[in-house]
Amino acid sequence: MTSRSATLTVAWRLASFRSEGFPLIAMSILGGLLFIAVFANVLAPHDPEVGSLGERFRPPFWQQGGSEKFLLGSDHLGRDVLSRLIFGARVSIVVAFTAVLFAGVVGTVLGILSGYLGGWVDQVIMRVTDAWLAIPALTYAIFLAAVVGPSEMNIVIILGLVYWTRYARVIRGEVLSLKERDFVRLAIVAGCSKRTIMKRHILPNVLNSAIVLGTLMLGVVVVTEAALSFLGVGVPPPKPAWGLMLADGKKGLMAGYWWLTVLPGCCIMLMVLSANLLGDWLRVKFDPQLRQL
Amino acid sequence: MKRFILKRLGYALISLVLLSVTIFLFVRLTGDPAVLLVEPGASQADIDAIRVQFGLDRPLWVQYGHFAMSLLRGDLGHSFYYRTPVLELYLSRLPYSLLLAAAAMAFSLVIGIPTGIIAAVRVNRWWDSAGKVFALLGLSLPSFWVGLLLILFFSVYLGWLPSSGSGSAAHVVMPAFALGWYFAAAHMRLTRSSMLDVLGSEYVKLARLKGLPEALVISKHAFKNALIPVLTLAGINLVIMVNVAVVVETVFAWPGVGRLLAEGIAFRDFPVVQATVILGGAMIVIVNLLVDILYAVIDPRIRLER
Amino acid sequence: MSDAPLLELRKLSTHYVSARGTRVVRAVDEVSLTLAPGSTLGVVGESGSGKSTLALTILRLLPPAAKIVSGEILFEGEDLLTKSDVEMRRVRGKRIAMILQDPMASLNPLFTIGDQVSEPLRVHEGVGRRSAWSRATDLLKAVRIPAPEARVREYPHQMSGGMRQRIVGAIAISCAPRLLIADEPTTSLDLTIQAQYLNLLRDLQREHRLALIFITHNLGIVAKMCDQVAVMYGGRLVEWGPVTRIFDAPAHPYTRALLESIPRMGDGRERLTAIEGQPPDLAAPPTGCAFHPRCPQAMSRCREEAPPETGLGPSHTARCWLNVPAAGPTAAPTATR
Repeated sequence: MTSRSATLTVAWRLASFRSEGFPLIAMSILGGLLFIAVFANVLAPHDPEVGSLGERFRPPFWQQGGSEKFLLGSDHLGRDVLSRLIFGARVSIVVAFTAVLFAGVVGTVLGILSGYLGGWVDQVIMRVTDAWLAIPALTYAIFLAAVVGPSEMNIVIILGLVYWTRYARVIRGEVLSLKERDFVRLAIVAGCSKRTIMKRHILPNVLNSAIVLGTLMLGVVVVTEAALSFLGVGVPPPKPAWGLMLADGKKGLMAGYWWLTVLPGCCIMLMVLSANLLGDWLRVKFDPQLRQL
Repeated sequence: MKRFILKRLGYALISLVLLSVTIFLFVRLTGDPAVLLVEPGASQADIDAIRVQFGLDRPLWVQYGHFAMSLLRGDLGHSFYYRTPVLELYLSRLPYSLLLAAAAMAFSLVIGIPTGIIAAVRVNRWWDSAGKVFALLGLSLPSFWVGLLLILFFSVYLGWLPSSGSGSAAHVVMPAFALGWYFAAAHMRLTRSSMLDVLGSEYVKLARLKGLPEALVISKHAFKNALIPVLTLAGINLVIMVNVAVVVETVFAWPGVGRLLAEGIAFRDFPVVQATVILGGAMIVIVNLLVDILYAVIDPRIRLER
Repeated sequence: MSDAPLLELRKLSTHYVSARGTRVVRAVDEVSLTLAPGSTLGVVGESGSGKSTLALTILRLLPPAAKIVSGEILFEGEDLLTKSDVEMRRVRGKRIAMILQDPMASLNPLFTIGDQVSEPLRVHEGVGRRSAWSRATDLLKAVRIPAPEARVREYPHQMSGGMRQRIVGAIAISCAPRLLIADEPTTSLDLTIQAQYLNLLRDLQREHRLALIFITHNLGIVAKMCDQVAVMYGGRLVEWGPVTRIFDAPAHPYTRALLESIPRMGDGRERLTAIEGQPPDLAAPPTGCAFHPRCPQAMSRCREEAPPETGLGPSHTARCWLNVPAAGPTAAPTATR
């Protein structure tokens, strides 16, 4: 098999995985990243934040000038790229998961309230959502980060604040159609309180959409966090974040130190790709009609 | 049609007001606004002076009143770094961003629309699967990484294209590609699904029943109808591009408003940051309105409605 | 005027196959009938009985999941199944035309009426733009649309439902076809307009010597408009023949049930007679005769074997064990022409 047809086969496989069964590759990658994030301390050969200036800009071990000490090379401060990538996985995953969870919880709750209660609650929440959505998420996030100052915690909150609106919109739509369903109407006739209905009938039914949206959001959040870190308003140095590594890597780009740019980007790409594949599969699995996600 | 336009105008105005309120509240409620509004390295006395100047001790709605008034006057503050009114600064950079966005949009439509159409016409066959992979990659590769890779290949390794600046047409190529990449995938996806909807419609069925050649069915009956949602999205995306180009402009040192925002962050030049966000948001609202109006003009169903 | 049939279907079968080849739906199962030039055939049946699929099969405009698995479609002596795509396109709209059910959806909202009506003329007969428009105006006049010169420049959404359906009719007759297939054309029209439209169709038929296949679930229309009727059930043609004969003495229990379910003034019945049970699932049809679970006269044989097509007279067939002589080989004579 020539390399070209091999690439096509892989591509075709990826595409057909999307329409067929369980996305094995995606889950393995995500599982692997999770594993790496949890066991970073054990897996990383070096301390990601400490570098030796004598070992700057070493290329990966298979290139000339590389060494086994820095398997994937070292950066402009002599820090081991592999270790930084490994710890960066932890940072990215923690930030992304937490932000998505935050946005998801807030967005789902508000979406349910807005959709079910209607009236002025709905109007207020929807107007706020509209105003929020008028500006692209990245711009908003940059603005907020500039106002409150960058830190890992702030970034999580900011990302949560920026993305809850997408949840609210979608969940509200679902709730609106759920409201018309018979089992909800029966519950109303039976005299259940609004809170009970929302908790026991509505919530479990929107959970599917929330989860699918969550996986799809994961990729988006990772990219946004990387962009923020790249610009300097994300995770602050010296913590290793993939976006930060790309910013640092830019410094060595013109000199041809490719590994500082290509490798962190590949990690981002893998994570986002896997999250998207997983999300697509979940979406079709849960309900093939969830097209507006 | 008139009523339609007036209604949209009303919505736009509400959005603009809400936008300004949101920005205003965020600055006032989180952190200490005085610190943001002074230059970095100011003394405590300066901070206190700023507090008085901006009336930060007054009730919120009074402050908002001032804020809104100055916005309407066109006073968006002064840049600490450049020592010029921010609005002036913004407007001088805007043409560059528009140029970049236009180039990126052209790229994304030229790639996205035909691929989307072919994917829909040849649905579930090879080309469609390739299209799905392309769409996935578009979503998964951050634009700035694409930009960096492009620099690596075309500037560092091949030496064909310049890696920064804005002098010539060659300078636009890579940034436009990096910026347009994500949108090309998005446009492809939308074109494909819109085309599939149209191909399944009754009037396309009737067109085939008339015995029209398939090429005519697609190019005349399906195409125009399928394009409507895509062009609507494209119009809005153009302005979004201007806003999210911040990272691409930073990578390529492209002197647009995105880069201005990045500089504002780097230099802790808050008036620049605030103004860029407000103006960016305002542009989006206005363009949305214009697209709606354009829609009204093109679609005969709306145009002829009383 | 020749005696040869305009259209002849011989054991035509269309199956839908699911993507993995696991489910096969026999949407049209061995249908045979003939149609004389200028005559009208009504095709009746419940939803899902295969009526619309039959129409699309004749025009070979099936969705990709459907395949014509066997049979012949002889139109003016030629087998349409042997024609290439290009040749079929020359048949559609020009020699065989079709009207769909929903007139609003049939017309492209972005183009003028004139554009859409003149299109077949320009494509099939190479007529130039100007003359095509004037002929379009004439066509609108022929389908009795008032002020056609103004209408021609307008858009579909500016017309009422009845007018739109006439416009669709104008499109259909524009190239003087020999056969017009109408798939429930009056179902979405108001009752008052329905009668006008049917009269229009009849007049057009007479003027242009048009054969008409009228797909409907309304037996009243069949009685009024049609010379022959074809009753479909579960994808099969259960009875076919002259309207007068069948309405007088239906040979198939399903036909009889359909006729009985029409309420008639003064017939003394207290309740409406409905047919018990549900239409069959075409992916998993009942064994033997598809109607046997609902048939008041079902025999054990009906469950075991599907009845063959039995000739009951010239151009009259039915598929029912009741019509097959008990003695003698099961290979009963097939329909004569």
